[in-house]
Amino acid sequence: MTTEAVDAGRRGNRRERGAIRRALRGALRSWRGRIGLVMALAVLALAFLGPLVAPHAATDFVALPSSPRGPGYPLGSDGLGQDVLSRVLLGGRKLLLLAVLSTGLALVLGTLIGVTAAYRRGWAETALMRGVDVLLAFPQLVFVLLVVSVLGTPTWLLVLTVAIAQAPQIARVVHAGAQDICERDFVQAVALWGVPPRQVIARHVLPSLSTPLAVEAGLRLGFSIVIISGLNFLGFGVQPGTPSWGVMINENRLGMASNPWGVVAPALVLAILAIGTNLFTDAFARAAFGEDRADDTVIGSGMGATP
Amino acid sequence: MTAQLESPAAPTTGEPERIRAAHPILSLLLNRAGWGVFSVLVVSVIVYASTLVLPGDAAQAILGQQATPERLEVLREQLGLDQSAWAGFVHWFTGIFRGDFGTSLSTRQPVTELLGPKLLNSAALVLVAAVVSTALGVALGALTASRRDGVLDHVLGIVALVASAMPEYIVGVFVVLFLAVDLHAFPAISVLAPGQHIWDEPSKMVLPVLTLTIVVVPYILRMCRGSVIEALDSDYAEVARLKGVGGRRLLYRHALPNALAPTVQVIGLSLIYLAGGIVLVETVFQFPGLGLALVDAITARDVPVIQALVLLLSTCYVVLNILADVAVLLVTPRRRLPR
Amino acid sequence: MSTLGAVAPATTGLRVSGLTVVGKSRRTPIVEDVAFELRPGQVLGMVGESGSGKSTVAVALLGLARRGLQIAAGEVRIDERDVLALPPGQLREARGSLISYVPQDPGAGLNPGHRVGWQLREALTVHRGVLPAGQSVDDRVLEVLAEVGLPADPELLGRYPHQLSGGQQQRVAIAMAFAARPRVIVLDEPTTGLDVTTQRRVLDTVRELTARHQVMSVYISHDLAVVAQIADRVAVMYAGRLAEIGPAAQLFADPRHPYTAGLIAAAPSAVRATTLEGIEGRPPRPGAWPAGCGFADRCHRVQPDCRATLPELVTVGAGQEARCFHPVERGTFKIADRPAAPQVPDRGTVLEVRNLVAHYGAREVLHEVDIDLRAGRCTAVVGESGSGKTTLARCLVGLHDRWHGSVTFEDVAIGPRPKDRSTELRRQIQYVFQNPYASLNPRMSVGQNIEEPLRHFTRLDRRARRDRVESVLSEVALSTAYADRMPDQLSGGERQRVAVGRALTVEPEVLVCDEITSALDVSVQALLVEQLRRLQHERGLSLLFITHNLAVVRSLAQDVVVLEGGRVVEHGPVETVLSDPSHSYTQKLLADLPDLGRTEAVAS
Repeated sequence: MTTEAVDAGRRGNRRERGAIRRALRGALRSWRGRIGLVMALAVLALAFLGPLVAPHAATDFVALPSSPRGPGYPLGSDGLGQDVLSRVLLGGRKLLLLAVLSTGLALVLGTLIGVTAAYRRGWAETALMRGVDVLLAFPQLVFVLLVVSVLGTPTWLLVLTVAIAQAPQIARVVHAGAQDICERDFVQAVALWGVPPRQVIARHVLPSLSTPLAVEAGLRLGFSIVIISGLNFLGFGVQPGTPSWGVMINENRLGMASNPWGVVAPALVLAILAIGTNLFTDAFARAAFGEDRADDTVIGSGMGATP
Repeated sequence: MTAQLESPAAPTTGEPERIRAAHPILSLLLNRAGWGVFSVLVVSVIVYASTLVLPGDAAQAILGQQATPERLEVLREQLGLDQSAWAGFVHWFTGIFRGDFGTSLSTRQPVTELLGPKLLNSAALVLVAAVVSTALGVALGALTASRRDGVLDHVLGIVALVASAMPEYIVGVFVVLFLAVDLHAFPAISVLAPGQHIWDEPSKMVLPVLTLTIVVVPYILRMCRGSVIEALDSDYAEVARLKGVGGRRLLYRHALPNALAPTVQVIGLSLIYLAGGIVLVETVFQFPGLGLALVDAITARDVPVIQALVLLLSTCYVVLNILADVAVLLVTPRRRLPR
Repeated sequence: MSTLGAVAPATTGLRVSGLTVVGKSRRTPIVEDVAFELRPGQVLGMVGESGSGKSTVAVALLGLARRGLQIAAGEVRIDERDVLALPPGQLREARGSLISYVPQDPGAGLNPGHRVGWQLREALTVHRGVLPAGQSVDDRVLEVLAEVGLPADPELLGRYPHQLSGGQQQRVAIAMAFAARPRVIVLDEPTTGLDVTTQRRVLDTVRELTARHQVMSVYISHDLAVVAQIADRVAVMYAGRLAEIGPAAQLFADPRHPYTAGLIAAAPSAVRATTLEGIEGRPPRPGAWPAGCGFADRCHRVQPDCRATLPELVTVGAGQEARCFHPVERGTFKIADRPAAPQVPDRGTVLEVRNLVAHYGAREVLHEVDIDLRAGRCTAVVGESGSGKTTLARCLVGLHDRWHGSVTFEDVAIGPRPKDRSTELRRQIQYVFQNPYASLNPRMSVGQNIEEPLRHFTRLDRRARRDRVESVLSEVALSTAYADRMPDQLSGGERQRVAVGRALTVEPEVLVCDEITSALDVSVQALLVEQLRRLQHERGLSLLFITHNLAVVRSLAQDVVVLEGGRVVEHGPVETVLSDPSHSYTQKLLADLPDLGRTEAVAS
């Protein structure tokens, strides 16, 4: 091997203890990371603290339908004369909880499948990854819609469905990463001593995947939010009358000419949340892998994943 | 001269070369097609099975409390519930090859007749959006790459990041808000008179196409920029520079051809994305296509239509995936030709 | 080899002076004040280890600075025309026609998206007026192809780079550089990664073309022996500056800068078993250059004034200059022979390989290989790429399981996979990987990495494990402070020592080393080789040393096995096989191998 190649190897291997912490610090030093975090935290605070400060109950009648802003209802009223501001403050908590839960579940499922396939090789790998390919033949949103249309929308089912819709993409990313790690000499060395596979994976393979998994988690959280709110927008996954940003955007479009805030407010909140999450993840990925590889990761996941 | 020739890596005749050159594509095509067919089969089993899973009797669930026994009977027969699950599946599945997806429960039309025009509308929408996005994405990508770290590069980078993060229906809503409600430039919704096609009223296509373009262009732009930069930073680009190649020739003749493969891949992915993305965007604009039809069918629990649509969209997905893979292979001599 | 050529008129030649390259943002010097002169038909060899700045100099000669760098000062005068002062348009015109470049890795240097012929023609068509009237582009392409020893065959021109062998790719790259008949050619490590036979041919070609077309060649390499074979003058780079420059034979026979002397003493020779003296420490990084001499921290002749001021290049002999206040005294440089190995009682064969046949897919890559590793001795397995030497090592340790035949360790048969072997057996045979940058877990500290096998093979408690880690570190000559460092804070040589240490913690009988020095600079390789020899002698360790480098074999091993195409073509004691090879393949390998020892013999 040439000396230059060794230098390249040194750069490529730049992962070590505390890599996640280091990337986080790097992300927080960049403007993307800072702005992104502020945006995401602001929406988070709005969703979780909002119910404490909402001036009205979700279903209170405060003004004539689709009124523009007025005293006591600064963002006007919706098509049923309910307070837009209160409904925005009340309408995000469940969405965020569901998104976090389903993303977490998807990460667990995807990692299990991806790592097992990469380490086991042979028929197990073929079977698992082909299964993943079949699931990928469904457009994500179509898959979720199909399940929801057939089985209805209990909360646990929604979480599970969104998780299953996201897991194959995660499995793919993890599989590719784990394949690379499993072929590295330090993993081979440990395997040569006769250390059992489960221990090799837990001690040597998974820790090396923690940074890409963290990036994946950020991206997936964004997509979970998009899928669930999109589902709400289409009118699924929420009880009628319950405030929800996605539903508000759809319902209030009819009164958009007289009170645009009915649509703009929830759309803005969702957009800020999505952009914030994405900016921060992007900053994190840049800090962890450098600009060029970060781009690939983010684009790769993005295209495969949006519904 | 002491130097001698190494034994050539491949036979020196031109003819067998070409035959073998086609080989990797063919084998890839067969392999992918095989798995594609398998995937679609599994999808169709899942789709059909899902009707059987409906709580209680599917027909009862669909028609609800006010169902008369006669209507239930008719529906059961239609859904194949009077047969065994397997026979029902075979009946439904073989029907597909005769172009028979069953009859819509809500409109009583044959599904094919119902969906045919919508398929054309959606295809037109996706096609136009794909062409516009590809042209725009590749052009902007190459431009920003060649002026790396310039003002335009930074600005477009931020715009792309923001646009790609936005959920597409929110992009759609904002587009409506600015261009239809505020400016009255284009119709906010794309509802058509019966018998009309979308290309009869192109103005109704502008906003949906714009929305899809806004969503897709960032990905193509970033990928194209990234791969052009990678190519410009590569050893072969350096060697070309040191050979006296510069400026445009370096970009167009050396960098772009090698940046093509990842870009083609992401264009393929964009098309695939569009096949699923139309659901939300069509709903925003009430665009008479497959996506809106799916949402309507699910709302109405119109099982035969749901089955047909899910199968159709999944098939598009699979076919586009295969086409993308083949296209990537075609523009990568290193993978296309034998060593 | 021609020595200083006929005196040419003062206006022709290459004169580089004050060449300085800095980082763009902080103006950190990367390369400083590089200067040399060259006459038509001469080759300048530029030697340096990784990070010495030699590659940066290579492209700077063509007026190019890599991303983030900038040429801050200097002149590159070719026949009195200063390349660095040319406006952009003329500079582009000069590149390829006045001065051209051959990249290190032709596989990456050729554009994968275009046919070879297209790229060759482009070297001519981007310039105006490089062809004499009446010669077409295609004629010239065929002419240069013949010059570099490739067939003038349209079929070859129609191939893509990936369809050529490494040697053919390099020939194409050289043809491309010579195509427009430039005055100067810069070759940046063009033979790295090629087998010695191919390397020999490339070197011959370059030298011949340099003489025939009276061009001036700058040949950059990390390999002293290669440079000794091709260069008329040699420049030694260290930490971005010239350490020494002079006529090749004179410089190698009588190096005056301590670094040059150290490099030569560290380079192994296939014709003579020498003690390899490594150089501890590593060069200062750009931005952390000391005020005085960059080599002071690693130099054993260092005096206080070395650290205070930067020495200038001073004349130390005829045409020889060194950047040193206290150079090695003239004519005192000597290389010590290798001390005779202590006589070890013959404890018999520890690892016996019989009729080993291994497959990769459907292909048989090892054919009935027999090897005996005697206890307490070092057996080297030598072969070029594709000889199956690495597969052999991987079969023995359990990384490759598609083989049959018999392998016994102390008369116990060994199964193909780790799980077919007893824990004891897995402990007794340890393996050290080729790439020091991949063999340690980057997320664990050095100490944790070394501890890993102890956790698995022993029941030692935390304290006892820690003690073992420290004793192992001292055995591979690293201080205990290294236990808490992370692998990426270590140099390649240090990592490789840690990898050896990790293998030693469980006190194996056999250590299988797979090309473990191939990624290292010679000064670092020397340290590792000496350490292995000490371990072998002091611990009675049996070593199976896989390598492509015959010279290292001479310095380290007692027995040698030569593999060609998966077959053992020759084996026996090192002295016998290397001094008096009986098989034609071994003879050829030795003949093609560039060697400093031989040059030295010729010079004196």
